[in-house]
Amino acid sequence: MKKATLQLETLACPSCMQKIENAVKSLDGIDKDSVKVLFNSSKVKFDFDSEKLSVEAVERAINALGYEVEKSQVRAK
Amino acid sequence: MQRQILRNKNKIALISGILIAVGFLSKWIQDNTDILTWSLIIASLFGVAPIAIQAYQALRVKVVSIDVLVTIAVIGAFIIRNYEEAAIVTFLFLFGAYLEQRTLNKTRSAIKELTEMAPESALRQMPNGEFEEVEVDEVDVGDILLVKTGAKIPVDGTVLYGEGSVNEASITGESLPVSKEKGSKVYAGTILDNGTIQISADRVGEDTTFGKIIELVEEAQDSKSEAERFIDRFSKYYTPAVLVLGFVVWLFSSNLELAITILVLGCPGALVIGVPVSNVAGIGNGARHGILLKGSEVISDFSSLDTMVFDKTGTLTVGNPSVAEREYYGDNIDEVLGYLASVERESDHPLAKAVLAEIGETTFSPVENTEVVKGGGVVATVDGHRIAVGNVALMEREGVEIDEKVKADIARCERNGNSLVLTAVDGELKVLMGIRDQLRPGVKEDLQRLKKLRVKNLIMLSGDNQGTVDVVSRELGLTEAHGNMLPEDKAAYIKHLIEEEGQIVAFVGDGVNDSPSLALAHIGIAMGSGTDVAIETSDVVLMNSDFGRLPHALGLAKAISRNMKQNIFIAVGVVLLLLAGVLFSDWVNMTIGMLVHEGSILLVILNGMRLLRYKLR
Repeated sequence: MKKATLQLETLACPSCMQKIENAVKSLDGIDKDSVKVLFNSSKVKFDFDSEKLSVEAVERAINALGYEVEKSQVRAK
Repeated sequence: MQRQILRNKNKIALISGILIAVGFLSKWIQDNTDILTWSLIIASLFGVAPIAIQAYQALRVKVVSIDVLVTIAVIGAFIIRNYEEAAIVTFLFLFGAYLEQRTLNKTRSAIKELTEMAPESALRQMPNGEFEEVEVDEVDVGDILLVKTGAKIPVDGTVLYGEGSVNEASITGESLPVSKEKGSKVYAGTILDNGTIQISADRVGEDTTFGKIIELVEEAQDSKSEAERFIDRFSKYYTPAVLVLGFVVWLFSSNLELAITILVLGCPGALVIGVPVSNVAGIGNGARHGILLKGSEVISDFSSLDTMVFDKTGTLTVGNPSVAEREYYGDNIDEVLGYLASVERESDHPLAKAVLAEIGETTFSPVENTEVVKGGGVVATVDGHRIAVGNVALMEREGVEIDEKVKADIARCERNGNSLVLTAVDGELKVLMGIRDQLRPGVKEDLQRLKKLRVKNLIMLSGDNQGTVDVVSRELGLTEAHGNMLPEDKAAYIKHLIEEEGQIVAFVGDGVNDSPSLALAHIGIAMGSGTDVAIETSDVVLMNSDFGRLPHALGLAKAISRNMKQNIFIAVGVVLLLLAGVLFSDWVNMTIGMLVHEGSILLVILNGMRLLRYKLR
């Protein structure tokens, strides 16, 4: 399991959060309970299984919703 | 293509606005309805594109968002050929989103200032001994780093070489420079004002004190209170419900105009944004003033506080006892003070330290035949004189005569809450010292302010004797004060207040001895100067343990809580007003509905922004 923090572009509407949360949770290899979308700091934090999923795949999923990922950081848990 | 459109949302809003203006202008000047109609159609098509894309994306992850409602409403307007409403509604929606983003960024500004203080690069020692600039993320524990004058210290570490003075305002809120030398601890995010130092990295990234503060503040802003979670759940079902309602209205009345109006009116904009906005602006204000409020649950409890319980030593008082009153009897006092200091030098009693600090420099003599009298003091021989140092009981045992004048002095000192240290030389009383733990400067005024903020009870708990406790309590104007309490007695007392009396209780303590009480109280506030402990154990963190920030913290919590209520009131009020308007009159249409909605969103954001400037009067 690894822990990732993605910095997104500034989020403006609270419904964005729900969209991003649902999209990230639907990916295989994500620890669903760990997904946290921080509205005010525009960050997404989650734990994931690096053998099943790469952080780039998560970035792509968020990009597909129309949100930029500005920076991502992965740490061993 | 989709992303292009979304990225240029603001430009699209501008184009659609211009088209609408041109259309109406041409109608007004030339009375040409064709140009008006076409410009409105183009404006709506332009405007609806980003909204429709967002709606589609939301539906794909099973969320019925506001975009969905607006898109359907615009399509409906097209079907009934009401291009005017379609164009204006999309324009208002986009323009509103733009203003929302702009103003939201303002409410977040205070916290942004904080995160921008995070260090970005470091000078790391390479195997060849040279220092090279690297990103702060690349620094590992144990690396040796060079920090030059004016630079930010990149990690928490220990000074290896050099000295300098550091501004630690980002951690402690205190901008007085702190001097550092070999062996001193330095903290990430603080600034080396002068000097050059080499440090070894002890903790990096999110593990540093500064990293923890940022993480805490970020999570606090997004933490949700019970009320907010309710609103979230509510809005999850609310938007689909509005959709269903619109559909039902259309089925039964066949009035498409009315149905799409309901869709627009039902947008829950101000409701979902009102509470988070108050939260983020308020927590931001706190962060700027050296106060960390850990989330909205804390704010809600703190703002409805009944009772504040304080630990005495180290919280209300400075924690270092010192001599407050002294009386000398007879001559040769310098000699006597020398004897006294010599005896006290061999003791590790806290009162002895205070006595030594008071006497300062003196000539010490060898001490012989030291006898410790339990519950009394010390008797010893110095320079052939019999020296007795202790309380009144010891003097009586030694047969020292205490005359009327001394009796009066003793009574006065006790009344003022002093512990007494008497010194007799060869059976003759020479010195009387009253020792007191000094109150923190300004603590009395701070407590008055808390009282003004309608804290009903201010209670002090202490391990000291009841006499001393009563004196401090009277001086500070506390409601109650209890002495002779062990840490477990304090915890039991807090438990009693909460469970038996149903009060909402905050406990302010030193964070080390009092951790059971801190954990039990609804709001725990640790005053410990070890920043880490204080950050982890407290619900409200006062940076640098500054007691004077407590009234601001409480006032702020109350202001945030009021602000949230106002915002909920505005949001719900607007929806009710619009609903009443559409049911009982005919002045509400889609355009007005959207205008009022966007207006109410801006209103709650602006209201929230007031918290950024909050100051305790």
